[in-house]
Amino acid sequence: MSTDDRGTKGDILLEMKDIVIDGFSDERWHEIIKGVDLTLRRGEVLGLIGESGAGKSTLGLAAMGFARPGCRLTSGTINFDGMELRTMPEKEKQGLWGTRLAYVAQSAAAAFNPAHKLIDQTIEASVRHGLTTEEEATQTAIELYRAMQLPDPENIGFRYPHQVSGGQLQRAMTAMAMASKPDLIIFDEPTTALDVTTQVQVLASMRDAVEQFNTAAIYITHDLAVVAQMADRIKVLRYGEEMEEAETRKMLSAPENPYTKSLWSVRSIYKEPEASEDHILEIKGVDAAYGKGVKVLHDVSISVPRGKTVAIVGESGSGKSTTARVVTGLLPPSKGEVMFNGEALPAELKNRTKEQLRRMQMIYQMADTAMNPKQTVAEIIGRPLEFYLGLKGAAKERKIVDLLEMIELDESFYDRLPSELSGGQKQRVCIARALAADPELIICDEVTSALDQIVQEGILKLLLKLQKELGVSYIFITHDIATVQAISDEIVVMFQGEVVEQGLKTEIMTPPHPDYTALLLSSVPEMDPDWLTNLLKEQA
Amino acid sequence: MSEEEQTYSASGEVGQVRQRRTRVQRSIIELKKAPPTALFGMVVVLIYAFVAIFAPLVAPYGEAEIFAQPYAPWGGEHRFGTDQIGRDIYSRLIYGARNTIGIALMTTFLSFAIGGSLGLIAAINQSWLDQFLSRFVDVLMAIPSLIFALMLLSIFGSSTWGLILIIAVLDSTRVFRLTRAVSLGVVVMEYVEAAHLRGEKIGWVMRKEILPNIMPPLVAEFGLRFSFVFLAIAALSFLGVGIQPPTADWGSMVRDNASLIQFAQYDFKGAITPLLPAGAIALLTVAVNFVVDWFLHKTSGLRDEH
Repeated sequence: MSTDDRGTKGDILLEMKDIVIDGFSDERWHEIIKGVDLTLRRGEVLGLIGESGAGKSTLGLAAMGFARPGCRLTSGTINFDGMELRTMPEKEKQGLWGTRLAYVAQSAAAAFNPAHKLIDQTIEASVRHGLTTEEEATQTAIELYRAMQLPDPENIGFRYPHQVSGGQLQRAMTAMAMASKPDLIIFDEPTTALDVTTQVQVLASMRDAVEQFNTAAIYITHDLAVVAQMADRIKVLRYGEEMEEAETRKMLSAPENPYTKSLWSVRSIYKEPEASEDHILEIKGVDAAYGKGVKVLHDVSISVPRGKTVAIVGESGSGKSTTARVVTGLLPPSKGEVMFNGEALPAELKNRTKEQLRRMQMIYQMADTAMNPKQTVAEIIGRPLEFYLGLKGAAKERKIVDLLEMIELDESFYDRLPSELSGGQKQRVCIARALAADPELIICDEVTSALDQIVQEGILKLLLKLQKELGVSYIFITHDIATVQAISDEIVVMFQGEVVEQGLKTEIMTPPHPDYTALLLSSVPEMDPDWLTNLLKEQA
Repeated sequence: MSEEEQTYSASGEVGQVRQRRTRVQRSIIELKKAPPTALFGMVVVLIYAFVAIFAPLVAPYGEAEIFAQPYAPWGGEHRFGTDQIGRDIYSRLIYGARNTIGIALMTTFLSFAIGGSLGLIAAINQSWLDQFLSRFVDVLMAIPSLIFALMLLSIFGSSTWGLILIIAVLDSTRVFRLTRAVSLGVVVMEYVEAAHLRGEKIGWVMRKEILPNIMPPLVAEFGLRFSFVFLAIAALSFLGVGIQPPTADWGSMVRDNASLIQFAQYDFKGAITPLLPAGAIALLTVAVNFVVDWFLHKTSGLRDEH
């Protein structure tokens, strides 16, 4: 047990009892958190997991005595180191925030002010609260940058947020939260927006920093494997209620609650890969660049077998989405060609025939922005029917209902607007829109990465079922290896605009790997609490 | 907890399914929730519209009808008296609603048609055409619009159509800027890309994908521009180059009777006369903006903190 001026490790730091939080929507108050207890000791990390809408972030913020606009802390007690936060006046709470209680948000890019240097923002809270002088704070900040393993810790603080990478920014944000040596940090999905290879480094440095400064933390995420690395205990939330809480190891090995079990089983879908020599799409030696700028694709060749799924994996900036843009004709390649059904497709979108366009459809990552918010489900699905197949009136209506049933929704969705759908339902409607054109190839660009695990599972199963029924081929762009396991026949690994390898899933996933594939595969968090420790040992 | 609750069903994902409502039902519900200022604004606008449409039925006399006594006092045969050549002020106020509002409305529609469509094209095109249009608009905007309008009117003469066209073109520059700016945020959306990928024509993309999504700021701007056009016409009429006599118009009515205001110590009511058309302009401007503010507040998702 280590002791410092802020108390002994193991003492109770935060005790929340019977917390009820209401949110305001549709002109009335709803319960978002329905009586949850939470206890946190000094130096302990509690993992808070659940799907979106489970109330994770709301509960996490409540631990700071903060209610988001449109929410109120209705009842319960929040005892933080002897102080009652729920009834404490706003002014006094502000004195605690940023000094003894800190918050690390999901999007560091949005949380930093682009007009100020990192170091000014890092030390702002402690200097403004009068805890230290500016020089001392600067020294502390540099130490923290070093603790967070940022490159060139003496000088990196003098850069602006846009001059460092996403992973570095996320670490700088953690440094900012730790600058005033808080007793408690709330991490709200801090690595969700990062690539797996970057995530590993950020997780490792966060874990070290928390340990080094004897800070307690609440780690909010929907990724079980990540929380397994970070947390001492895990609490599972659903619809604002606690499902289960246990020590990390116990929770992983023997979950008791059926909901928790279902969360654990999501990663179990596996498709037996099949080889095929009948190629529907062949990308041959494609180079591409945006504008007159840097080349982003170098001699990319990929072939897609008919009725099968090719997964393109790689981190952001590897050229996955650019490849999709070349295939769809949005970005004409500077060299090479795209063969579809044995004939070369015109490079530019405007030169392609309606029939060529019909056969190749696209599904996007963010269903929110992929659907016009002012059009109803029927208008969204009906347009390709009318446009490509010339269906009108009753025939069109019948076909729309058929499609809705195909995606496991029903007629009651006919005239809803996208804003009245959940995330998973939106993505299903996007799938229906693609299917409406009766395509031979569907390009899925990270279609499940914005969704919760259980919803992801539903979407993946649906895509598999549709492939079996309709014989449609998929190009599946993703950075998530679990998704790849679930859906693909073949895998293409991309790195910095080049294809590292392409082959049957079984071949790619078994060693020996090229260097980059090995790194990528080893960076995927596993549901083993020792995974990160072991990985770091291996990499060292 | 039973096993059953764990099985996943996509359609059952949203707990309480909201009752299906048509767009008309939705707008009625919205109307019921409108704040008092918006309701006041709507009532005023409706009264103005009624008066403007049914002017010949509402007004006791014709707009150019001349009576024997100029500057007649309030009351008696002429509720608000007569003007400098003996026309009934009350009747002219009513006809003025028709002329002034009609012309302002037409001008605003025209400026939105020109500025809106060019703005959309510029936003979608984003090449030399965008550059050309935007720079041209910058040039037009660099010249103070009232002075520019005066100049153009003195070149082309102040016919009603000339007036409408000139103000519409000058005003469309602002509409262009706004449309282009808000469209730029929409054209990058994936549903617009999806429409391009489907092979849709540019007209369809403009009308069906972009326009519905930029409507809220455009409608808000419409209310504002309408008020400004209204004031611009009144100002031009006041200066004598706007709507020409004997057509009744609020701006020129203010000018014609402005001198009466000096006699407030002798006949207070008579002195108020020039303020009546001015008040009519002010009231309509306020009312239109009440309605527009409510609409903007509702559609932009701005919420009062609870």
